[in-house]
Amino acid sequence: MAGKTLYDKLWDDHLVKQREDGSALIYIDRQLLHEVTSPQAFEGLRLANRKPWRIDANLATPDHNVPTTDRAKGIEGIVDPVSRIQVETLGKNCDEFGILEFKIMDQRQGIVHVIGPEQGATLPGMTIVCGDSHTSTHGAFGCLAHGIGTSEVEHVLATQCLVQQKMKNMLVKVNGKLGTGVTAKDVVLAIIGKIGTAGGTGHAIEFGGEVLQNMSMEGRMTVCNMAIEAGARVGMVAVDGTTIDYVKGRPFSPTGENWDAAVKYWRTLHSDLDAEFDKVVELDGSEIMPQVSWGTSPEMVADVTGNVPDPAQEEDPIKREGIERALKYMGLQPNQAITDIKLDRVFIGSCTNSRIEDLREAAAVVKGRKVADSLMQAMVVPGSGLVKAQAEEEGLDRIFLDAGLEWRDPGCSMCLAMNADKLGQGEHCASTSNRNFEGRQGFGGRTHLVSPAMAAAAAIAGHFVDVRELLN
Amino acid sequence: MRAFTQHQGLVAPMDRSNVDTDMIIPKQFLKSIKRTGFGPNLFDELRYLDEGKPDQDSSQRPLNPDFVLNQPRYQGASVLLARSNFGCGSSREHAPWALDDYGFRVIIAPSFADIFYNNCFKNGLLPIVLEEKIVDQLFDEAEASVGYQLTVDLEAKTVTTPAGESFSFDVDDFRRHCLLNGLDDIGVTLEDAELIKSYEDQRRKTAPWLFGAGQ
Ligand code: SF4
Repeated sequence: MAGKTLYDKLWDDHLVKQREDGSALIYIDRQLLHEVTSPQAFEGLRLANRKPWRIDANLATPDHNVPTTDRAKGIEGIVDPVSRIQVETLGKNCDEFGILEFKIMDQRQGIVHVIGPEQGATLPGMTIVCGDSHTSTHGAFGCLAHGIGTSEVEHVLATQCLVQQKMKNMLVKVNGKLGTGVTAKDVVLAIIGKIGTAGGTGHAIEFGGEVLQNMSMEGRMTVCNMAIEAGARVGMVAVDGTTIDYVKGRPFSPTGENWDAAVKYWRTLHSDLDAEFDKVVELDGSEIMPQVSWGTSPEMVADVTGNVPDPAQEEDPIKREGIERALKYMGLQPNQAITDIKLDRVFIGSCTNSRIEDLREAAAVVKGRKVADSLMQAMVVPGSGLVKAQAEEEGLDRIFLDAGLEWRDPGCSMCLAMNADKLGQGEHCASTSNRNFEGRQGFGGRTHLVSPAMAAAAAIAGHFVDVRELLN
Repeated sequence: MRAFTQHQGLVAPMDRSNVDTDMIIPKQFLKSIKRTGFGPNLFDELRYLDEGKPDQDSSQRPLNPDFVLNQPRYQGASVLLARSNFGCGSSREHAPWALDDYGFRVIIAPSFADIFYNNCFKNGLLPIVLEEKIVDQLFDEAEASVGYQLTVDLEAKTVTTPAGESFSFDVDDFRRHCLLNGLDDIGVTLEDAELIKSYEDQRRKTAPWLFGAGQ
């Protein structure tokens, strides 16, 4: 019999019941909650007169709607009354049910996918869910983590379980070494460019190979974060020394005897050598260039040295139409050089790229330089209050401010523009977030997905440039 | 949950692949803390010419005449015919809520994004996967004849055209059972409460670090 994949192991360890009809009850170790997808779940509990099954498995924070300026005012600082009600509702629900919440004024507040790992609330081997598709981020720790809908949020609150069908196993292996100036974000964009936005549908993706083995936890989180953009609810990386070092000493991490027992178990969280995958894709890391998305789907990416595609060259009529529609929306010409795309704004942040390493990467590029005059705005939004504090301790805030970038308070911000930070119609934005859908960052806004280093370089030049030229 | 057994309804063809949930219901409408009332903002950016805001009376807004759902012949449609990877992107259940609130009961496509597919079943909405070439055929037929309706039978797992041509589809037994009977998932799971408790007790012993930490 073939060995087990990491996904098989995590699945088996959490299986409460296999039903005859093929569905299964899977135990959930951790649920993260935020204000947008939880109110109807709590309301459902109340209507059915149910209580949360296990309070200590939950952790909440507001992130999507919070303003990124003037935070001293707390909830009062949320200008939009509808946003304010959502944040208040989360607070009331958590208070009523006794769930731990990092409230808006708490330094530990931040984007759910940043604070989980930061607190050690994300530990290897856990099953983790959140009413947010980027929950795949936590798979970087050898977790089985995925986004769920609001009905499932309610289901997990009430039963600590999820009804699941087992997915297929997929391995994405990135071999070799990355060139300088090429980062985890470029790796994942290149993967999505290769397999497409539905390439991982129905699969749990394990990311492996030398590039992932050499990657920091921040980098692995960036890669797993965007598994969903490749269609996979789950992205994972095997546990190794890097994982264990990262987890050690965090507030929710085990200590003493428990730590030793945990590490022993965590060391088993990798695919067996003879494990079989349903699908395997390999990439050569040394061939990956800094990536820029030119279209309205995360698979529409190009090397920074390349050009916008020409729909006339596409044979598949549905794809051709997709490219034509995207170019029209994005206001780009076929064959236009990527470096000719002019920018109006730059956004560095989101659960994909707002951790300390991302900020260091961006700061290294802008240090001693100035943001282009042609830019309307360039902002940096740290992923959590603690990331912000650490960056300030390292002096990164000064580097950004001196270069002319704004230094904001933590939250989702312009990643999806539910708060006041958004793009105007027709504006081009170099963004370190994960989705370039039409209107994602504001009505009529045009998003280009890039790494923090590429976003920083674009801020300096006012258009896309190959960051490797600035690093030399 | 509302049960789904059979449905016959007018078909609206939406000829576009990779329709994401941001497109189905834009983020400014996610601020509601209710499950209902999202219908007027379904496909907001495609449907209207202006920028949609929450709490606004959408009946007064300028419609985009090119958008399929605005065409008179598709008024009252309850079966949405779509292209591949429908519902990709964010996990927002507001997407099926909006489709449901608008009046859709069935969505047919060659493929769906996983989370969206799953969310539909929780809301009495039936997503049906049919082969690409069958979907192509249905698109042709729906566009060719005004008033084109399809009949869907979940018990028999079939989609039937007005000409009587029938296609079968796959759906897993648990989801089908819940939908046919309008069952509340949570209630079904809680029938296994004892099993969950014993799993949990075991886990408390083997992985004590997962319990009570940080509280
Ligand atoms: S940062 Fe963006 S993608 Fe991440 S949780 Fe917030 S809104 Fe979602």
